[in-house]
Amino acid sequence: MTAAVVVPETPVLVASDVTFKIRRFNPEVDSEPHYETYTLALYPTDRVLDALSRIKGEIDGSLTFRRSCGHGICGSDAMRINGRNRLACKTLVKDLDITKPISIEAIQGLPLEKDLVVDMEPFFAAYRSVLPFLIPDGHEPTKERIQSAEDRAKFDDGTKCILCACCTTSCPVYWTDDQYFGPAAIVAAHRFIFDSRDAAAERRLEILNEKEGVWRCRTTFNCTDACPRGIEITQAIAEVKKALIFRRV
Amino acid sequence: MTSKVGTLYRGGEGMWTWVLHRVTGVAVFFFLFVHVLDTALVRVSPNSYDAVIATYKTPIVNLLEVGLVGAVLFHALNGLRIILIDFWSKGPRLQRQMTWVIAAIWFVVMIPGVYFMLKHTIQTIFGSAA
Repeated sequence: MTAAVVVPETPVLVASDVTFKIRRFNPEVDSEPHYETYTLALYPTDRVLDALSRIKGEIDGSLTFRRSCGHGICGSDAMRINGRNRLACKTLVKDLDITKPISIEAIQGLPLEKDLVVDMEPFFAAYRSVLPFLIPDGHEPTKERIQSAEDRAKFDDGTKCILCACCTTSCPVYWTDDQYFGPAAIVAAHRFIFDSRDAAAERRLEILNEKEGVWRCRTTFNCTDACPRGIEITQAIAEVKKALIFRRV
Repeated sequence: MTSKVGTLYRGGEGMWTWVLHRVTGVAVFFFLFVHVLDTALVRVSPNSYDAVIATYKTPIVNLLEVGLVGAVLFHALNGLRIILIDFWSKGPRLQRQMTWVIAAIWFVVMIPGVYFMLKHTIQTIFGSAA
């Protein structure tokens, strides 16, 4: 007797109409941004980025947005999807409520250039200002710089950052105060402050001890919720605050 | 209407407790401002002070008192939650649960609190059952 062969049932994917309400702005024509709606048939497994690409390719070629890798690593397609900062390439249609139009807007707090594209320069300027690179001291070792697994674990979370700006542009403090360094820059500083091979923790702590540094954080946890890499950002900021209070890294 | 700003950000417990913390903080500040003024009045004119205090014995001010207690209680409990987020190593990870804990404490204190605070007013308006 042969065992009954169980043929796994192939799940049938059904495409359904999904409406997108996209905030559009063309600086050459518009004085104010406005919303436009587009409806197209999508599978539950489609991503929001697929929808945007199809709208651009099939309905309205003037829709402008950034995308590069399309796989959640380059950090180009951060946008506000249904009121929350998300990567379009990591947001599936099945995870959204498609009975209502899905709202798509540019991230807030950075100058709007066109449609979903913002000027990222203030974001990168804040990032650069915390010295986001290894600053060792002493002589260069002849072999590698040794680090224990425990020491590596202290800053592991921060190494996952892809600089998409989801966190910084979800922060209510950053929306109203563009001088604030923002969560992403503090995560970048944290990554080196707590690196045992780095010798410039004091310099970075001094930078973040300024008026627009970590003390502007109001622990709203919007950054932690928005991070597509799952970094516990508010926790990292709290660790920097504690390092400043107790002067211990 | 909000074409310039876009839709409201859909934050979680952390963002909305922060908004409430600010609102209750400002409300309590304005209460203290008025409270310092009305108490200072007793040095200026005891009669005016009595007149002002008499206006406080009205049902509307009684409702404002309930609001004040609610605001102070929330602000105090959430303040403890923020201290734990900042200083307790597990705080950031448990901030959501702590929000529900302070909400539970708030209701447990407010339900009997409101009953006793409004008892006199309700008896004055509707008459006592006894």
